[in-house]
Amino acid sequence: MSATVQTLEAMERPPVTMSSRLEGELLEVSMGPQHPSTHGVFRMNVTLDGEIVRKLKPVFGYLHRNHEQIGEQTTYLGSMPYTDRLDYFCSMSNNWAYALSVEKLAGIEVPERAEYLRVILAELTRLQNHASLLGFLLSDMGAWGTPLMYAFREREKILDLFESLAGSRMMCDYMRFGGCRVDADDNWLAGARKIVDRFPKFLDEFEELILGNEIVIARTQNVGKLSADLAISAGITGPMLRACGVNYDVRKVDGYGFYPRFKFRIPLGEHGDTYDRLMMRALEMRESVEILKQALAQIQPGAIVNPKAKIRAFRPPVGEAYGRIEAPKGELGFYLISDGGPNPYRYRVRPPSFINLTVLEDLCLGHTVADVMVILGSVDIVMGEVDR
Amino acid sequence: MESLEQIKARAEAAIPGAKIDIVPNLGPANQPSLLIDNEHAPAIAKFLRDDPTLRLDFCSNVTGVDWLDRVTKKTVKVKKVVEGEEKEVNEPIEERIPGYLEAVYHLFSMAHKHGPITIRMRTRDRGEGARLPSLTPVWRSAEFQEREIFDLYGIRFDGHPDLRRILMWDEFEDHPMRKDYVQPDDFEWEPTPHDDVLARAKQHYAPRPAEQELRPS
Amino acid sequence: MGEGQIDEALRTELQRQGVWVTSMQELYNWGRKNSIWPLQFGLACCAIEMIATAASRYDIARFGGEIFRPSPRQADLMIVAGTVTKKMAPQIVRLYNQMADPKYVISMGACAISGGPFKQGYNVLKGIDRYIPVDVYIPGCPPRPEALLHAFMELQRKIDEQKLTGADKAAHLDPEEPSEFPVPAFGKHDLEPPANPDVFQPPELKRV
Repeated sequence: MSATVQTLEAMERPPVTMSSRLEGELLEVSMGPQHPSTHGVFRMNVTLDGEIVRKLKPVFGYLHRNHEQIGEQTTYLGSMPYTDRLDYFCSMSNNWAYALSVEKLAGIEVPERAEYLRVILAELTRLQNHASLLGFLLSDMGAWGTPLMYAFREREKILDLFESLAGSRMMCDYMRFGGCRVDADDNWLAGARKIVDRFPKFLDEFEELILGNEIVIARTQNVGKLSADLAISAGITGPMLRACGVNYDVRKVDGYGFYPRFKFRIPLGEHGDTYDRLMMRALEMRESVEILKQALAQIQPGAIVNPKAKIRAFRPPVGEAYGRIEAPKGELGFYLISDGGPNPYRYRVRPPSFINLTVLEDLCLGHTVADVMVILGSVDIVMGEVDR
Repeated sequence: MESLEQIKARAEAAIPGAKIDIVPNLGPANQPSLLIDNEHAPAIAKFLRDDPTLRLDFCSNVTGVDWLDRVTKKTVKVKKVVEGEEKEVNEPIEERIPGYLEAVYHLFSMAHKHGPITIRMRTRDRGEGARLPSLTPVWRSAEFQEREIFDLYGIRFDGHPDLRRILMWDEFEDHPMRKDYVQPDDFEWEPTPHDDVLARAKQHYAPRPAEQELRPS
Repeated sequence: MGEGQIDEALRTELQRQGVWVTSMQELYNWGRKNSIWPLQFGLACCAIEMIATAASRYDIARFGGEIFRPSPRQADLMIVAGTVTKKMAPQIVRLYNQMADPKYVISMGACAISGGPFKQGYNVLKGIDRYIPVDVYIPGCPPRPEALLHAFMELQRKIDEQKLTGADKAAHLDPEEPSEFPVPAFGKHDLEPPANPDVFQPPELKRV
């Protein structure tokens, strides 16, 4: 690269872009682990040609806190609070996935009211996760602060609900094998109804604020396109998969919980680009509100925990089980092997956001380095789950 | 969906020389699995993925399991001469099963919306023979998860495009998820009534004078 | 009455007359404590509560701490929010070294203090105070935003009590005091060294 003097003649020619001038000279940049837009301690080794990404290697492990090994050293119930800290936005969904897997392993039935409560809490979790994700994504795009503040305002309302039910804002530790820990009283349900009824108003406001915005459209449409074939082969799940037009939602496919009882639609994307992924979250929130309305109307009084489920000295029979749910980020699964002892022989978490990162390099190649942050934001990762 | 016996029969017919065993799972979950032989694993995996009735195109979960050397006690009927008379006697024998590492894959079908089918592969031993063929060429989703198994369990996947440590740093030498891994003793163990924790606490404070006997508080 | 101190009665009397008297030390500390810029840097779950503290409901801007800087060169305060893993610890020490003096550290949450619930993990550092000095510890898993605000106010009180001169003057004014600490290296089994003895002197454990 040599400095060139700009003559008048040269300036009249079509502008020389940064990337074409630096061709052949590759620059390696380490983005993260301390970076304002990596959503935690994620690191990417990016090879740049000018501004264009030519190679991208994610580096993991900066939050690898040995969840699986600790899970193998504690009792089955003792792992429940640890699951809160996997995807720390969605502790209720994590609880459910783990409880569901242990219930499969030990063959425990769940009473009706508990299933309803689980659906309600999981969908509330989905609402606050997607709202915050959109806020963070807009922050990454440069809309610093405002959308995130709106999202966190709604999130705080839902966290208040969690706190009044489970005793903690974020780390709820709410579900138990064969049910839930505490019952929701009528006041709580009334409060939940109020928040759910008001949520569409927030969505109208939020969508108007961000989704029709010219800058958002320019930065997201046709950026980071993912094809359906690659998505299926790479095990992509959740909104990211459905943005490619693949109709696969564990809530419909497995029909766990009481999801078959509710009427709801699965939003599907068409192009698989960042804009579709963003829209997927907005549309899913509307469907979650529908599920919540039905669940809150149908819930009946009753037991919240199966009396046959043992809390103390819980030892599932020898065997193994893989249970999964549709967490807000994708398919969250737990694979457990029991040797008949008080703690699992093998405790494995199938983290959706970790596996969704498999295609990050494919999505970013050929885009500018500024787009990398937007694409990463639309994948929706949480490091607690990626690294465990 | 077909039963595992049917899948096994069809796969063995389609791939000459392939050997598949069914590993039963007696628990309430009742998710038995297919143990596939390492040599034909990629071919079997391709068959499972491309077969029109199975179409297991989505490999959801890939994980490792460490099985240490085990001793199982069995009673077998042995013919013996007891007091001048040949009799069938139940005799307890000890069978030593050498340890191995296992890779477990959970497969689903997005096309037909069925699953899971569990397949597993076993290494020859836990040392030098801890090698398996990589299934990343068949399912891309195994890429990071096989790297994780390599990092935490030390199984080398032949044919993996980029087999490096993923969670621990590159200089790290151990495989910490193995059952016999000993982690650095770098913190105080609080005295608690749990036996194994107490044992480790005693070990941690070993150089201390004997009169300061550690008791659970 | 020590150096840099004013008689309170005289000061009140003068204030009544419209004369506001202060000392260099008071002015310096007042300005410093009300414009603490934290490093925008989250590790784990606690980082979400840190963001919630910065959001509209808890609003850390009331205490002058809303300007989260992505660059350590512009930051005064490092909030170690979350589990410090062994893989991350060298980076944190490096970030601390890159911050300009005076700099402060809040160790937020059980994990940053001692490893917390993940203490028995092979990749978890048992407290960030093994490598860098910590000013305020705030327990919780995660601490509520109010608790982080409490830690912030504690830090402000600590800054307010700093001396500019004398034998007990603030550490950053003493050229002998180190402001950078050695970065641990990745070893074959653990970080090397596992703790910095200049910083980390745990009390002898008393047992019955």
